[in-house]
Order: sequence, then structure tokens, then C-alpha cells
Amino acid sequence: MSFFRVENLGIHFGGVVAVDRVSFEVKRGEVYTIIGPNGAGKTTIFNLIGLIYPASTGQIFLEDKPLTGSVPHRIAQLGIARTFQNIELFEHATVLQNLLIGRHRHRAASLWQELLFTPAVRRAEIAAREAVEKVIDFLDLAKYRDSLVAGLPYGVRKVVELGRALATEPRLLLLDEPSSGLNPEETDDMAFWIEDIKRHLGVTVLMVEHDMNLVSRVSDRVLALNLGAVIAEGTPAEVQAHPKVIEAYLGKTA
Amino acid sequence: MRFLFKTDYAQDIRLFKHGGQVFWYGLLMALLLAAPFMVGEYVMSQLHFILIYSIVGLGLMLLVGFTGQVSLGHAAFLAVGAYTEALLQAKGVPVFISLPCAALFSAAVGLIVGLPALRLKGIYLAIATLAFNVIVEEVITRWEGLTGGNSGLHVKPVEIFGVKLDGDAGFFYLCLGLTVLCILALMNLLRSPTGRAFVAIRDSEISASCMGVNLAKYKTLSFAISAALTGIGGALYAHKVSFISPEQFTLLQSIELVTIVILGGVGFLHGAVLGAAFLIVLPQLISLAKDYLPANVGSSGLQAVVFGLVLIGFIIFEPLGLYGRWLKVRTWFELFPFYRRGMFRRQKSYMKSERLR
Repeated sequence: MSFFRVENLGIHFGGVVAVDRVSFEVKRGEVYTIIGPNGAGKTTIFNLIGLIYPASTGQIFLEDKPLTGSVPHRIAQLGIARTFQNIELFEHATVLQNLLIGRHRHRAASLWQELLFTPAVRRAEIAAREAVEKVIDFLDLAKYRDSLVAGLPYGVRKVVELGRALATEPRLLLLDEPSSGLNPEETDDMAFWIEDIKRHLGVTVLMVEHDMNLVSRVSDRVLALNLGAVIAEGTPAEVQAHPKVIEAYLGKTA
Repeated sequence: MRFLFKTDYAQDIRLFKHGGQVFWYGLLMALLLAAPFMVGEYVMSQLHFILIYSIVGLGLMLLVGFTGQVSLGHAAFLAVGAYTEALLQAKGVPVFISLPCAALFSAAVGLIVGLPALRLKGIYLAIATLAFNVIVEEVITRWEGLTGGNSGLHVKPVEIFGVKLDGDAGFFYLCLGLTVLCILALMNLLRSPTGRAFVAIRDSEISASCMGVNLAKYKTLSFAISAALTGIGGALYAHKVSFISPEQFTLLQSIELVTIVILGGVGFLHGAVLGAAFLIVLPQLISLAKDYLPANVGSSGLQAVVFGLVLIGFIIFEPLGLYGRWLKVRTWFELFPFYRRGMFRRQKSYMKSERLR
């Protein structure tokens, strides 16, 4: 049984083929990275997995169960969480409230219980808070706990978004360019956290990333895309040395 | 300035965060409970209206302020609640059954209106709800066999277990009790997962759905709860004015209801109550002012002009409404002399990704 598998996944927008029959498999507990030049279709693959775009061709499987044909919020309920390249946080809420929304898939109470705020709801709220505090501890966000997201610096917002995804207690975490917009120091922290997420939380990570230092440091396997199609797959070193990858990034030697 | 030292997660869930709040809300409650013995008939009547409009305002606040969905058709829910109550009462149904029925029927209509909200946003949703308002108004006018059409319906005072609440005090306590219940229910909802899902939809639909929030379910739910509260308000309104006809539930009424939310402060439950009080008190002030104005200025159009000016003024100078203004004043005193002008300015969100939908 495979943990997460994509088969022949493709989408075209009019005549533009954004993703062309891409297949790959992510093993449980690994960090799998997708790289490629701008416009290679990396984020589009994430949006296809999140069912934000309907796939033109192909299938997506989580533990051999097909995801295609479902609806976006079901994806989260199955345990796939994601972050966004350009941060999609709830701006007018505090960091704590943002993380608590991550607990949405674990709610159990009915509307009537919530209207009356029964003891069961109260217990669930405290439990949600405890789970969120673990994430806050893990990502060192304690000092921003009650700050409004709208006022936080970019680097912190990036971490808050990672925290919100972790608060869902995902089985598969999709990170869309976790280091974009971060300075070298923050990127370094991000690398630590990704390693910790893999080792200590046991979460499988599927990542899109440009920073090759980060990629080779944390990834177990790398998939290289160009113009929507797979050009190489393997360990970070193998992919970096692959002639087609060098050609995609630097062009043909004359 | 008050510093809260937190030692327990339950402190963040509590309805009253500190003793000061218990004291002030307790004092307000005590004053309201004593009001029937302290004020005259006229003020009492105005208090009825404030409480009724507070309930309606709370309903609309949930939808507009917390879920971020616009509605220019809430007078229709008010009408549904009012007519349901009137017709059930005429059939001899006791109020503790007819009132929930008014709420439930309104909620059911709200569910149906919520359906276009799944596809429409912003101004388009506003136009759809506006159309709904016109439809309901027209149905009430034409369906004479049921609603009496333009000649309207008479509504008797509320009767509980054979005791008529036709005095001011009885009806006042009924309205007050229901207002407090509605506020408590909404506060409970907003501190539990459903309320957070509403706010998530308001702030970013795409990431709400990526967190597992079922957009369709929660948007229609928000419409339904909002409509239910408005229906309760409508039922009380019917008893209060004792005569209902289609022209009380026009688009203008809907706009007045939206005014409550905007003047009070979008996104604050306090705002609904403050906005309702403002909406009721302003016409009184205008009619007082009329005595001092030249006769041709104080004609019937004055009220609409003042309302329009106040609304525009708030949108330009105080988008956070009356409650936002109060927050600023309070912060100014708490931090004196360190208050800065920009403290409540919303930071422009930079690097906002292109919306996926």
C-alpha cells in the first residue's frame, strides 16, 4: 500500500498545458520536494491535490483511496494540511485564533451544544487549546500568541501559517515555498522545523521549494519539473547533477 | 490600566473576563430590570423598540460582521417572523410555541436565501438579497387570503398562560429576556468552532476550506441563524406595533437594519445593541430639533437626510462604528498619555496572494 500517490495528474487551462501527466509517490514519513523553474507547474500540482482546480486527467490517492471527485474541505478532514506561497492567514484574528481554526476538523459538538456551551463543548475547547499550545511551543510562537496577524512581520506570519497547518494534526503536510521571503536566518529555522516535523511529529511532508540549500538539507527525495512535465527524480544530489535539470535552469550550452 | 494574569485556559473561554465586566454588565442589567418602575410610558415604549431592534441587529451582525456576507433583504425575514407570529396567534397557538415557530420558519427561509450566497459575493449577493426582499414584500401584498394584503393584520398583545402582557412592564421583560438569551447564544457560538469557522470564511474563504471548513454548510448556517434571530425580532415587532402591513417591510426597512450594524460597529456584538439604540433615539432627537428649525426645513424629508449624512459620516470617519469609537476612547484613558493615533488603523495586508476563486 502506498501512502500518497499521484498518477498521470494533468490540467490544462485552454490550450496551455500547466501540468502534463505527472506521476509520483510519497512514502510515509519522508520529505518529498518538488523543484522546478518558475511556471513549471509546482503550485498548480498543490492546487490540484487540494482540489481547488479540478484535474483534467489522472488520479490522486491517499492510502489507496482516491481523492479526485471529492470537495476541498474533505481533503483537510482526511488529514492533508497546506500552507500557501503568499500566506493566506485570517488577518483580523490573533495568532491563537488562527491556530484554533486549524482544530476545526477535530470538532465534535453539534450546533445546539455550542449554542448552550455545554460542558462537553467546554472540555473540547480546553483540549483544542492544549493542542494549539503544543504547536505554539514547538514553533516558539509564545510571544506572538495574542498579537493580531495583520501587524506581524512577514517571517513570523510564515511560521504562523505553518503552525496553523500543524494544528490540524495532519498526516500529510503540503508546504508551498516555506522559505520564500525569509532571510537566511529564518530559512535556517524553517529547515530545523521541517526536520523536526518529520522526526518528532512523524508527519510526511510534500514541499515545493526554490532554495536548493534548504532542499538538499531536508529532502529525502526530489522531483524536478519543467513546463509541467517530470524531468528527473531521485536524491537531492542526483537531481541537482541531472543534465536535464541543469538545462532547465541554466539553458543549453552553446 | 488593568493587567490580566492568566493561569488557566478556561480564563480565555469565560464570558466575563474580569470583575469589572461583571460589575458593569450587572449594573446595566439591574438598571434595565428596574426600568419599568423608573421611567414613563413613552421611554418604556422606546426601550421596547431598542430591544427588538437589538435582536434583529444581532442576527444581521452575525451574518454581516462575523461571516462577511452582505444582506439587503433582512426586512423580509422580519416580515416572515411577524406574519408567522400574527397568523399563529390568530389560530390560538400559545406564544411559547408560536415564537419558536416564527424563528424556525424564518430560519428555513434563510436557508433557501443562503443558497445563492454560495455562488455570489459582495455586491452581487447584496442585489440577490435585495431582490428577495422585493419578492417577499410582493407575496405578502398579493396573498390577500392569508395576509390580508395591503389592509394588513391586527396582532393582539402577548399572552402567557392566560396572563396578558399588555402592560409595558410584562412585554419589556419578555423582550429583555429574549435579548439576553440571544446575546448569550451568540457569544457561545462565537467562542466555539462554528463561530470560528464563520470568522474564517469572512477573512479568507480559500484557507477556511483548506482547514476543513465546509463553506456551503457554514454560509447557509449563518444565513439561517441570522434569519432566525430576525424572525424572533419580527414576531416581537408584530406584537409591539399591533398592526402589520407590507409597507413596514420594504427595502428601506432593510437599509435601516444594515444601518444598525454599520453605525454600531461591524464585527462587535456590542455594536448591534448600540446601533439599535442609536437608530431609535436619532428620530427623537430630530423631532426635538424640528421645533428650532424653520418650518420648511423641518419637513418629512429631514429624517432621511440626517440618516444618510450620519451613515456617510460613520463610513468615512469611523468605520469601526460606535463601539469602535468607545474602544478608542477607553484605550485613550487606559494608556494616557501614551495613546497613538494609528493604534486602531488596520494595517494594509501586503503580499496578499491572488485570490484563487
